[in-house]
Amino acid sequence: MAASSAAAPPGFSRILLSRPSTVVALAVFVVIAAACLFLPALGLVAPGGMSVRSRLTPPGPEYWMGADAFGRDVLARLLIAGRASLTIGLGVAVVSSVIGIAIGLVAGFFRQLDAPLSRLIDAMMAFPDILLALSLVAIFGGTMLNVILALSIVYAPRIGRIVRASTLVIRELPYVEAARALGTRTPTIMWTHVLRNIMSPILVQATFIFAYAMLAEAGLSFLGVGVDPSTPTWGIMVNEGRQFIDNAFFLILFPGLGIALSVLSLQLVGDGLRDALDPKLAKDT
Amino acid sequence: MTSYLLRRLVGMIVVIFLVLTIAFILVRLAPGDPAALMLGPDATPEEVVALRARLGLDQPIVAQYLSFLGNVLRGDLGQSLFFNLPVTDVLASRAEPTIFLALFSLIFALVIATPIGIYAAYRHGSAVDQTSISSAMLAASVPSFLTGLIFQRYLATDLGWFPASGYGGPDADFLDRMGYLILPSITLGITNSALILRFTRASMLDILGEDYVRTARAKGMSETRVILRHALKNAGIPIITVVGLTFALLVSGAVVTERVFNLPGLGNLVVNAVLRRDYPVIQGTLIVVATLYVLVNLLTDLLYLTVDKRVKY
Repeated sequence: MAASSAAAPPGFSRILLSRPSTVVALAVFVVIAAACLFLPALGLVAPGGMSVRSRLTPPGPEYWMGADAFGRDVLARLLIAGRASLTIGLGVAVVSSVIGIAIGLVAGFFRQLDAPLSRLIDAMMAFPDILLALSLVAIFGGTMLNVILALSIVYAPRIGRIVRASTLVIRELPYVEAARALGTRTPTIMWTHVLRNIMSPILVQATFIFAYAMLAEAGLSFLGVGVDPSTPTWGIMVNEGRQFIDNAFFLILFPGLGIALSVLSLQLVGDGLRDALDPKLAKDT
Repeated sequence: MTSYLLRRLVGMIVVIFLVLTIAFILVRLAPGDPAALMLGPDATPEEVVALRARLGLDQPIVAQYLSFLGNVLRGDLGQSLFFNLPVTDVLASRAEPTIFLALFSLIFALVIATPIGIYAAYRHGSAVDQTSISSAMLAASVPSFLTGLIFQRYLATDLGWFPASGYGGPDADFLDRMGYLILPSITLGITNSALILRFTRASMLDILGEDYVRTARAKGMSETRVILRHALKNAGIPIITVVGLTFALLVSGAVVTERVFNLPGLGNLVVNAVLRRDYPVIQGTLIVVATLYVLVNLLTDLLYLTVDKRVKY
């Protein structure tokens, strides 16, 4: 593991795939994502109409994961809801990275802005994630885009902090100094020399944020303050299942497992990525 | 040392000031006129104008901001739109379940995770180590509401070992009420133990690689003494850090857990405030929780000074 170089590791995929847990996690996540994306889109599953006859049918040969209070197929709804949950997670990972990179680069490059931006990051991080997210959703309204934006605001400071710290190190390196001596403009230095060299920690952190955002979205939806229930997510399905907790626990269990399995595999992939991208960080796990 | 303390205090004041500013801006961004919201749909325009004047909403935004800061510094977080009571009173009346829930789950997490983390590091690479790391990862991935609902359904409803939900009603005495917190505390404690376990294990691994541990072993000191005398003593610092870090996790977790077990705490209050658009309560909760977070983390930093004599700032 120590044999690979840090920046653009040639053995990246070899290291990434050398650990069985990472491979399994990656496979599990790809299967979940593909099933949620393609099966409903191809029309291979459909929740079916509401039917009083199959109301709250337990899992069995007809409905593999049972039927809900309206007699709809839980498996089909699970796949459709999964697409929304995964989209929110991915959206937050991307948007929070973009915001965090912008804040972090500016804080790391312009000394006079470093202190105010760093204190702003500290202040944002003083708000617990669910609490800040639900306040933001309360204010802006519970659409899918607003939930993505709210959670991105919550998680962007984490990326910002990492980008700032890495930028402070990289900006002092000889090749940046050389670029500056050659008259390269600051935005070019930020983009080509700094950002491209700190993509690894950003990618690792973004993977974890993908996972945290899915958990947070599930929490918000469970609290009834997330996305409008007309677009089901796994959290909303759990929330809806609560009133049948005593006679149809499978309504809670399957979407709950969907969240847990996705989050677990993302975290394992994040661990694998961290070790593969930066062997120096790869502590004995 | 003194200059470090001074710098930390100034930094803390700046952060708290920013926290207040963010809380102020957030609520100003909310659509709708707070005065109209307070009075409801039947209010006449004259009543709305009168209330706006009374609340100071007709003042310029800078004046509103300054009077907001002044009020908060005097301990006035405004008036709840729903309860028509001072926000501080509303928060205080809901604090008990949240404080004890956070406290019990932290104790639960520390009692479970610290020894396992230390043992896992000591048996680094063994089956015990692998299992504990995997369990921690799993515990961090399962949403706390799923754990809570499983416990509620099977341990409380089916087996009847614990009360399933609520806080005992108005007649319950203190011990009764604490009984209602056992299952929620375990639920929240499991999630938090994941972070504490990983943290304890990692710092213990670092310490076990230190020279003084090797020296102690080379001297022929028994393994038990090496662990207890040398390693454990130095693991105190990271454990203090993690307690500070888990504070945010505890609060976020408490919001969800209180909802699962229907506890009348701050978490339930804030979710209801969101559903009722009771912005002053949302704002007050944000301010109180974020300020506490900043204070807790300052406190953990200061504790370093007393625990580790080597730390000099």
